[in-house]
Amino acid sequence: MLLRLWRDPAWRAVFFQVLLIALVFLGGAWIVNNTLTNLESRGISTGFDFLSQTAGFGINQTLIEYDESFSFMHTFVVGLLNTLLVSSLGVLFATVLGFLMGVARLSSNWLLAKIAAVYIEIFRNIPLLLQIFFWYFAVLGVLPSPRQSISLFDSVFLNVRGVFFPAPVLDSGGMVAFWAFLAAVVIVGVIVLLNRRQRKNTGRPLPWIKTISLAVLLGLPTLSFWLTNGSLHWDFPALKGFNFRGGVGLLPELVALWFALTIYTAAFIAEVVRSGIESVSKGQKEAAAALGLRPGRVMNLVVIPQAMRVIIPPLTNQYLNLIKNSSLATAIGYPDLVNVFAGTTLNQTGQAIEVIAMTMAVYLTISLTVSLLMNMYNRWVALVER
Amino acid sequence: MLKALVKLTLPALLVASGGLQANEDGSTLETVKEKGFLSCGVNTGLPGFASPDDKGKWSGMDVDVCRGVAAAVLGNADKVKYIPLTAKERFTALQSGEIDVLSRNTTWTLTRDASLGLNFAGVAYYDGQGFMVSKDLGVTSAKQLDGAAVCIQSGTTTELNLADYFRTNGMKYQPVVFDTSDGTAKGFDSGRCDVLTSDQSQLYALRLRLSKPDKAVVLPEVISKEPLGPLVRQGDDQWFNIVKWSLSAMINAEELKVTSANIDKMKSSTNPSIKRLLGIEGPKGKGMGLNDDWSYQVIKQVGNYGEIFENNVGEGSPLKIERGLNALWSDGGILYAPPFR
Repeated sequence: MLLRLWRDPAWRAVFFQVLLIALVFLGGAWIVNNTLTNLESRGISTGFDFLSQTAGFGINQTLIEYDESFSFMHTFVVGLLNTLLVSSLGVLFATVLGFLMGVARLSSNWLLAKIAAVYIEIFRNIPLLLQIFFWYFAVLGVLPSPRQSISLFDSVFLNVRGVFFPAPVLDSGGMVAFWAFLAAVVIVGVIVLLNRRQRKNTGRPLPWIKTISLAVLLGLPTLSFWLTNGSLHWDFPALKGFNFRGGVGLLPELVALWFALTIYTAAFIAEVVRSGIESVSKGQKEAAAALGLRPGRVMNLVVIPQAMRVIIPPLTNQYLNLIKNSSLATAIGYPDLVNVFAGTTLNQTGQAIEVIAMTMAVYLTISLTVSLLMNMYNRWVALVER
Repeated sequence: MLKALVKLTLPALLVASGGLQANEDGSTLETVKEKGFLSCGVNTGLPGFASPDDKGKWSGMDVDVCRGVAAAVLGNADKVKYIPLTAKERFTALQSGEIDVLSRNTTWTLTRDASLGLNFAGVAYYDGQGFMVSKDLGVTSAKQLDGAAVCIQSGTTTELNLADYFRTNGMKYQPVVFDTSDGTAKGFDSGRCDVLTSDQSQLYALRLRLSKPDKAVVLPEVISKEPLGPLVRQGDDQWFNIVKWSLSAMINAEELKVTSANIDKMKSSTNPSIKRLLGIEGPKGKGMGLNDDWSYQVIKQVGNYGEIFENNVGEGSPLKIERGLNALWSDGGILYAPPFR
């Protein structure tokens, strides 16, 4: 019986696959078991109990409520949010700058094309860490002290401790304006759908579509705010004691990291965009021009949609790089996940394996999520063959 | 069939893992003797405690503790490989066996003793946390620091003491965290923070690094106890004893007024305490697996505690730190070592 199964190639294949999985699984179990045994024999604490202990250290940028009496779990969340903040700022601005530079490099304007080329060649060939140091030490580090701040109309202040802006504070009517804004978004959605149907049926879009949408988006919240007698005042930053208080402050660490990540990654994105645009054959542009489309519309309606298919996959890689590179924050002391959690928390608790595993899991999750979203977008813009 | 396979492989794997564990638990003394040098984890650069000169030669209090252990074990204080470590890296380096001793101005605390799998072998320097501010601020007490930006090194007890101090005094602060003590000094120098906080001994050392050292003052408040000492891995009592007693030999030598200069003359002393210290009589080195002249080598090659202190951080150095708590118990300090008997 066994021999007959063995001679059946299909069964044999299944057998070897099961064997391989079992070996991988046993290997993993052995590593875990060995680690736990060794940690225990050396008297090193294990487990995740430390997450509920009091952290006892301060963090200088917290997007959620946090102070020294919170737990190590909170330091994890604070660090994670700071990582997400600088990554999303970086991704957003690198995309805009990258697209501008990529298009500029192909511009028929000689000066513009050369400036873009020089920018790309300089910033993608200097190590990112050096660029972070440049922004942090050479640009932001030499700014004056808080008492000698550079100020703009006495409301925006720039000094070695960061940039401070006035913050709008809604005294009343805030909720109304918020709901009005949501309503405006829904209305604009409906307008866009109507426009799409109109264009499908008649081949012509509705008139004034962009102006109407913008007016609804801005006008509705403003109008409702005004009608309900909402009031708003500005919270100006002011020098009190050692530092500026009030308003919104951006840490120099955040600014340096954000600038460096944006400028470095944008140089790569510009090349990705250029390659995407150049992949669209010249005939397409000529055909569009022959139909009487203006150059701007040729770009928007013919070239970019086709170029996106080529751009999206490498663009995803650049986004993932940017997010992972944000962990260089630790070099200048920006309180991101690696600095706060895999740095201070690890050191105060000594539980390296648990902390590093959690940190790696976070980066893996973020990266996989970004890939998933970008793949969905890619499927949406991909050429549908009929 | 699969079951049989698992039955066969599982015990084999368990045996293999058992064998691996046994291998790793070798005696540190044997390992050090075999490789011929001591791997010692030190600070990445802190004048007076551990810093390399322009020829790459390390010196400092922490470095001399390493040298003392090397002299006791190998008979040669120069057979040390210094591994510079940041505060964040130090415990992992010792836990993983990359270094044999960690002598890196590390504060002895309950957590570190109890849950890191490490043991403190004694106190080499009694320190306390202080604050340094720029003179222009006109601050005279740490109680006036409400709202200040404070430069600190990450992964230190300093970070925790600072939070405690500001919280108990109802003050707010903005922590600016750097990886190395050098980074904190740079941050303070550039004005990124108003205050630099660290162990007092470090503040004096870091002040020398500032572009204008006399523009900064150290505030009088000492907000914590910071007993600094060398660490070893748990579970190797012999090695633990060697490090502990190398340090004790230096302190006892100062108490008995034995120095690196007069030690050869002292050999003919009739004082029984000195005879025991130098291994001429008494317990000698056998109990720890060392040569009988181990303590002689420590004092001869490295010096007694007083000499080490004066050369590295005291009057003979640019730091000019007073003995204070670090004077012998018989001179008004709290330095006290168990007797050689």
